[in-house]
Amino acid sequence: MDPRQTQTKRLALRLATAAVAMFGFGFALVPLYEVFCDITGLNGKNFSQGPTDIARIDGSRTVKIQFLTSNPADMPWDFRPSVRSMRVFPGEDKQTAFYARNPTDSWMVAQAVPSVTPSEAAPYLHKVNCFCFDRQPLEAGADTEMPLVFVVDPDLPKHISTITLSYSLYDLTESQKVTQLTLDNDKGRASL
Amino acid sequence: MATVDVDLPHVKEDDPHHHGPAKGLGRWLYTTNHKDIGSMYLIFSLCMFMIGGIMALVIRAELFQPGLQLVEPNFFNQMTTMHGLIMVFGAVMPAFVGLANWMIPMQVGAPDMALPRMNNWSFWILPFAFLILLSSLFMPGGAPNFGWTFYAPLSTTYAPESVTFFIFGVHIMGASSIMGSINIIATILNMRAPGMTLMKMPLFVWTWLITAFLLIAVMPVLAGVVTMMLMDIHFGTSFFNAAGGGDPVLFQHVFWFFGHPEVYIMILPAFGIISEIIPTFARKRLFGYSSMVYAVASIALLSFVVWAHHMFTVGMPVVGEVFFMFATMLIAVPTGVKVFNWVATMFRGSMTFETPMLFALAFVVLFTLGGFSGLMLAIAPADFQYHDTYFVVAHFHYVLVPGAIFSIMAATYYWLPKWTGHQLNETMGKVHFWLSFVGVNITFFPMHFVGLAGMPRRIPDYALQFADFNSMASVGAFIFGFSQLVFIYNVIQNVRAGEKATAQVWEGAQGLEWTIPSPAPYHTFSTPPKVD
Repeated sequence: MDPRQTQTKRLALRLATAAVAMFGFGFALVPLYEVFCDITGLNGKNFSQGPTDIARIDGSRTVKIQFLTSNPADMPWDFRPSVRSMRVFPGEDKQTAFYARNPTDSWMVAQAVPSVTPSEAAPYLHKVNCFCFDRQPLEAGADTEMPLVFVVDPDLPKHISTITLSYSLYDLTESQKVTQLTLDNDKGRASL
Repeated sequence: MATVDVDLPHVKEDDPHHHGPAKGLGRWLYTTNHKDIGSMYLIFSLCMFMIGGIMALVIRAELFQPGLQLVEPNFFNQMTTMHGLIMVFGAVMPAFVGLANWMIPMQVGAPDMALPRMNNWSFWILPFAFLILLSSLFMPGGAPNFGWTFYAPLSTTYAPESVTFFIFGVHIMGASSIMGSINIIATILNMRAPGMTLMKMPLFVWTWLITAFLLIAVMPVLAGVVTMMLMDIHFGTSFFNAAGGGDPVLFQHVFWFFGHPEVYIMILPAFGIISEIIPTFARKRLFGYSSMVYAVASIALLSFVVWAHHMFTVGMPVVGEVFFMFATMLIAVPTGVKVFNWVATMFRGSMTFETPMLFALAFVVLFTLGGFSGLMLAIAPADFQYHDTYFVVAHFHYVLVPGAIFSIMAATYYWLPKWTGHQLNETMGKVHFWLSFVGVNITFFPMHFVGLAGMPRRIPDYALQFADFNSMASVGAFIFGFSQLVFIYNVIQNVRAGEKATAQVWEGAQGLEWTIPSPAPYHTFSTPPKVD
């Protein structure tokens, strides 16, 4: 083969490899984006959760916490906060609850996904215990109070006086059934 | 560009290697000839331009008066979506690839493209991509109706069933573009005539080299994002589905990571064309050749770090907005260099105003205008007012219609005598130019005003106070649309008959393509020319 043709083949192969690599890069953007949001606190998603060691209470100011709930179009549950807003001292443990009712005539599972506004406040709102950590199953027509325990970090920047905590409730019944089925299958296999 | 002196190998008609094209349909199906494939790309692009244009006229007819008159809102949305997709991927991009196929081998002194068989493939999969896309218009639920930017979850959770056809259409046209780009890069880097150093290449070749690299970098990302949509829709993943832990904003980031370089893919070859035409008709060498090359390269590099200026309103941190705002404004610097160089090329030149030059001049003025409204949109705090209004529509139509489309028309008129061997009908060319020029401005200029006054884009009905400007825009659109029939008439007339064109065609034309006879023989530069 003449050298120019070999050269062309090699170049074409390299360029094709670059195209395939860029296809992979498109997918790599997904985890990169998550990491980026985690570090920068974009989207109000970098919550701090679990037990905290905040002992100091800042009695010099209060912060207003507002609670919002929303349901996507295909989610029939009643879902609302038991109080719409409260004032807390930074560092103080607070408990509140959210009410949920399954008005349909079938068993359902839901998962609440939280979001904090302003996103700058997200790392300072510690959820010690939250119903959003777990999936919530409800029998047909049943209702429940779901608890939330939280602390606002006393290091919260001074210019933030209001934090909005919003929950969207998603229907996970379908995927739960799939998981259940797999679990049952596994059990069945184990008993064989 | 340095003056090119050429020793032209004698073209003998009876040379056995200079056989003509095969006969019949097979010629077009199996051809590996860059001129045949270039012509097919251009004809395909013209067909798509007409189909996309008819959709634009449906949109403008509906918007002629407030209220719903002609079409259902859902069909209106299908029209805006398909118009955008077809014009971007079906009209503008294939037209540039067609011009590249025709001109790049002739401009660098190569006998053909580097990978002729792949060239045939990259063209012939394209009609199928658009058949798939267009067929969705006749499916239950209708064609895609979520806008050409297909934001998730509108294009996933709430999409019509035909979205899967749209996704496969995008996959195929992406594959076509990538193959085309590989071919163009291989041709430019490996097939240049001896003595044709990189810095002696015509600017059209330079701009296409850079565009091809952009395409290879971002078309796979587009393929990736539609693949993620496909998986979300059919395989239960949650890339963009908040219920499953995904994020719809991620879609916008990935899409615009492709989308912003894409807009430069549609304008850089236009810069190259204009940089060829202005020196010819100003009868001067291009002012600042190397600064033109560096300007194009820096625009291409900057295009990767400005994507989020399309999404200032999603709720970004202020630091992010400031970064993307200044990075975007930085692009005005190399673009300004180009505009100043074009003006400086014309300065004290012996200018004449043939049809290609008229289109090139209109390009310089109107593209710059579109660039300025782009700068206004780049100002993050002001963008909150302009976002998703007709101001944005006015902006990108100014850079794409009198920008990209005018450059394609300029290129067609400029090189048509070389392709067909017939001189241009200047009178009809000028009729086409003036109708288009007036039509384009009547169509898109009023959109600035309704946009600033708050008319949102992609709506079939609007508030009464926007009525006058909208009816003006619709009148302009019909003038512009129907004046393209003059263009088709001109091209067909020129293919069939006309005064015999000389090899140089235009008095001031420089470069290798003007050293071969008109019409260009089926095979050119079988023996490479020597460039000093």
